[in-house]
Amino acid sequence: MKNKQFNGMARRTFLRMSSLFALATALPAQVRAMATRPTSVFEATGVEAVFSQLGATPTRSEGIIFSVPDIAENGAVVPVKIEIDASILPDVSKLYVLVEKNPNPLAAVFGVPKTTRPYIETRVKVAQTCELYAVAEAGGQFFMTSKETKVTLGGCGG
Amino acid sequence: MASRIRIRAQLKGGECEVKALMRHPMETGLRKDQLGETIPARFIETVTVTHNENIVLEAHWGAAVSANPFLGMQFEGGSVDDIVKVSWRDNQGETGEGETRIRQG
Repeated sequence: MKNKQFNGMARRTFLRMSSLFALATALPAQVRAMATRPTSVFEATGVEAVFSQLGATPTRSEGIIFSVPDIAENGAVVPVKIEIDASILPDVSKLYVLVEKNPNPLAAVFGVPKTTRPYIETRVKVAQTCELYAVAEAGGQFFMTSKETKVTLGGCGG
Repeated sequence: MASRIRIRAQLKGGECEVKALMRHPMETGLRKDQLGETIPARFIETVTVTHNENIVLEAHWGAAVSANPFLGMQFEGGSVDDIVKVSWRDNQGETGEGETRIRQG
């Protein structure tokens, strides 16, 4: 019985590895670069730690249009939208969403191929009133903008 | 075990607007249940959007994305009836996917 289970596991692992290999060889270089999860950036605690994992503190840029609510009634579902003004920031390849006071500030990274508009909408959890950051990566350089969201759930008034 | 994704793709002035709603608890691993036991982390790690088999967006997520995640994105060059597919994989290896055909917006 044990042996049978082991065989099942090994086969599954093998299938997973071979399918990953097929995927890695089939994708174009730009996408393959994104395929690796930036684990250390996700595990960083504190915004500064995230920036040091990225390798640079982003420069503030007017080219990032970042929409978050001023007041979030429910911190568990906070809508965020990032748009890039390509006339100011061309060639954006990645977009990051950071929530300053979450245990791990990095919430999401989006890899944007050339035919995709550098535009993203999603919803994130915000533990408490704090600054939210939108970071854009273009040609190896980092740019950012930030906005505060007040979290009022619990009626404490943020 | 694959779970379905609600997805809509609409052509709007030369761009295709995709909106997807996934069903997933997005458990952080920091919460405790009523007995004080930690609820294990379970969240979507990777999301991929493809248009006719070409990747138009690849995202890595942490547990801070809200439960039942919403994703909105736009890409150039879609035509009516092209297939747009969204798929995800979580940290426990579970997957989900959904596909739709592009409609005129």
